[in-house]
Amino acid sequence: MMEQLAKAWQDVLNKRGFEYGLPSDVSTHGFAIDNLITTLHYFMALLFVGWGIYLVYCLVRFREREGHTADVAPQHFSLPKYLEIGVVIFEACLLVFFSYPVWAKLKTDFPDRETSLVVRITAEQFAWNIHYPGKDGKFGKTNIDLIDGTNPVGLDREDPNGKDDIVSINQFNVPVGKPVIVELGAKDVIHGFFLPNARVKHDAIPGMVFPLWFETKETGKFEIACAQLCGVGHYRMKGYFNVLTQEEYDNWILEEEEALKEEGA
Amino acid sequence: MSHHEMPFWKKYIFSTDHKVIGLQYGITATFFLLFGFFLMILMRWQLAYPGVEIPLIGKALTETGALTPELYNALGAMHGTIMIFLGVVPMGVGAFGNYLVPLQVGACDMAFPKLNMMSYWVYFVGGVIMMMSFLMPGGAAASGWTSYPPLSVISNNAQTVWLLSMVFLITSSLLGSVNTIVTAIQLRAKGLNFMRWPIHVWAQVTTAFLLLLAFPPLEGAAILQLADRVFGSSFFLPSGLVVSGEKLGVAGGGNPLLWQHLFWFLAHPEVYVLILPAVGVVCEIVTTNCRKPFYGYKTMVYSILFLGFMSFVVWAHHMFMTGMGVTLSSFFQATTMIISIPSVIILTTILLTLWGASIRFTVPMLFAMAFLPMFAIGGLTGLPLGLTASDIHLHDTYYVIGHFHYVVAPGTLFALMGGVYYWYPKFSGRHMNEFLGKLHFWVSFVAINFVFMPMFLMGSKGVSRRMYDQTQYSYGASTQSWNVVMSTAAFVLLLAQIPFIWNMFTAWKTGKKVQNDNPWEATTLEWAASSPPPHENFPTPVEVYRNPYSYSATTRKVLPQFIPQEG
Repeated sequence: MMEQLAKAWQDVLNKRGFEYGLPSDVSTHGFAIDNLITTLHYFMALLFVGWGIYLVYCLVRFREREGHTADVAPQHFSLPKYLEIGVVIFEACLLVFFSYPVWAKLKTDFPDRETSLVVRITAEQFAWNIHYPGKDGKFGKTNIDLIDGTNPVGLDREDPNGKDDIVSINQFNVPVGKPVIVELGAKDVIHGFFLPNARVKHDAIPGMVFPLWFETKETGKFEIACAQLCGVGHYRMKGYFNVLTQEEYDNWILEEEEALKEEGA
Repeated sequence: MSHHEMPFWKKYIFSTDHKVIGLQYGITATFFLLFGFFLMILMRWQLAYPGVEIPLIGKALTETGALTPELYNALGAMHGTIMIFLGVVPMGVGAFGNYLVPLQVGACDMAFPKLNMMSYWVYFVGGVIMMMSFLMPGGAAASGWTSYPPLSVISNNAQTVWLLSMVFLITSSLLGSVNTIVTAIQLRAKGLNFMRWPIHVWAQVTTAFLLLLAFPPLEGAAILQLADRVFGSSFFLPSGLVVSGEKLGVAGGGNPLLWQHLFWFLAHPEVYVLILPAVGVVCEIVTTNCRKPFYGYKTMVYSILFLGFMSFVVWAHHMFMTGMGVTLSSFFQATTMIISIPSVIILTTILLTLWGASIRFTVPMLFAMAFLPMFAIGGLTGLPLGLTASDIHLHDTYYVIGHFHYVVAPGTLFALMGGVYYWYPKFSGRHMNEFLGKLHFWVSFVAINFVFMPMFLMGSKGVSRRMYDQTQYSYGASTQSWNVVMSTAAFVLLLAQIPFIWNMFTAWKTGKKVQNDNPWEATTLEWAASSPPPHENFPTPVEVYRNPYSYSATTRKVLPQFIPQEG
């Protein structure tokens, strides 16, 4: 016990583990989100510091002391009104020029399915099942009666479209530079699909399938986190999000296909 | 009205006197606040030192002495539930509302004293049931205070107890809110028209309306979830659920999002239920300690009303990540931005009241002054969460935890603690010790910021909330040291409450006696009654002659509402 405590405090004293700020971003849409977050924080800091200076000034200047009495005459200040209007205009601008366009792009402006990688991600306690359509680009039928330990999404291998499908657990590999469309669902409870490094987050809700999309611009190995409390294993519902070069990705697909064939044989 | 000596149990236990009930609420809520805080201390130990045995009491909790993920989730759910429904709301609305609203409108008691007593006891029973859920096999409810289905429906049996307890707590709030509204409106003293109400009364009445209108949907939803759990219905369960590889034998056809809508339709107004009484308390403290009229009384009143109204049309901003399309999210983003306007106005009017004042730095004033910047942080950090684009990254991270704790803990709780110091002479006829008060204030003020400020930094990195052990993730490990700092600060914060509790209990008998019934030279009606007020408050009916917060233009002396003329 004392060792672990000592280790934790050693980190504190050595100033390790004190990171902050937005994580690295490999998505093409992330800069808009980051810009908004940054702009907002400058705005918030400006308001807070302004208020703070005013507050401290008042507390010093108008403190109770000998020879000082309060001014009880009715007061009227018009400056706050203009500040208030300024805040309103600024917030309206944030809505119209920052937030609405980003959301509209993410929700309605989907890339072409033909040229994108389409995957189905089905969350369960406590894993991410990633279902790739395989070479034919078509998902095989799924059936919840077929779900078992080796077939987490209940894929019907009898279905011609399902023969070449690849199901990977907790390993989400995507080729860099290619749009990815995720069809997100859940088997049991609500999970939160979160790719911190691609600025992607969406609840996975059982009984519903939500499409979402993103595109990457850099390779790297990252994590999938669960954002929504989903039970005892919520904290270790970790997946791996690997942005590969097209070549690496193709090799991985080949390996998976080989493995499938061996299984079938 | 003369009153014969009542037996002890009738005078202090099953009392219908709003003051006794107010104090009962206050003491019970204090217990729950400390208990909820204590749960968090256990969790904070685990967060700072994952998997390390908890000193002294660890072995009594689990076999290894360290928290298990099951226990961690249960403590998390119970911390939220206890703090909100058994701690802050009963403190703000139950204790302050009950004690002060009748006095501030010049009434002898609540309009329905027996309903008032019932409200407290239903709350008490709800609290006992909630505590008993810890004894359930498998531990207390562990699905978060939000209890999202399907997790909550398929979770342990304690969830049923949680729902039962919620039905009691909601019923209690409904009874209380009816009482507050009728009392404040019907039992006003002669001359007390609405625009002469102290701001605290406005805040409490608005709060009561929020409770009255927002709680029934949650009560209904709680009963539906109870039915899902107990009677096998499927209001919140979709078809085709597969849990741990097994098909769930339920009818299906329901929708988990229905719960979220019903829940947040309550729980967003609930945020304002938490904050408005605190705003009312701060306004009273500030204007009294500034020795001048409140700046923009009417602006304040309209802002509070507008805030209350708007709080009903922002709820879905808690659900931006649940597949919301463009139209709906645009509406809820816009309303969320709009609701920030009255919040800014409220803060601005309080700040402008300071201009030209003669500020007395009493202990309540220190708390009120600390409330302002910390509540501002809580409010401002709501902006990135209220816009969908920035919410994508920050939703369900520690940023959210930091945001709402700044509103409720350094915000509301600081204001209410200030309120305790401020009205303590009214409750008891004695002042609380000033040195202990200042000690309590300064240590709490420093510690609480070290608890909550790092949450924004961790959240910006993307650390999810409700995590038993964040070091599982690389970005969790890279921010882990913040947890050590936060947990240490939380422990200091706990220690800082000892002088407060000690002060609260000892001053009742040994505190400095008040010089007169109006020791702070305040203007509102509660100070017209003696300190402490007798049964039925005012021996002769009081009359109101002017607006609250009036001062003589010639002598600059205070003009309480209840004094006929200048002199």
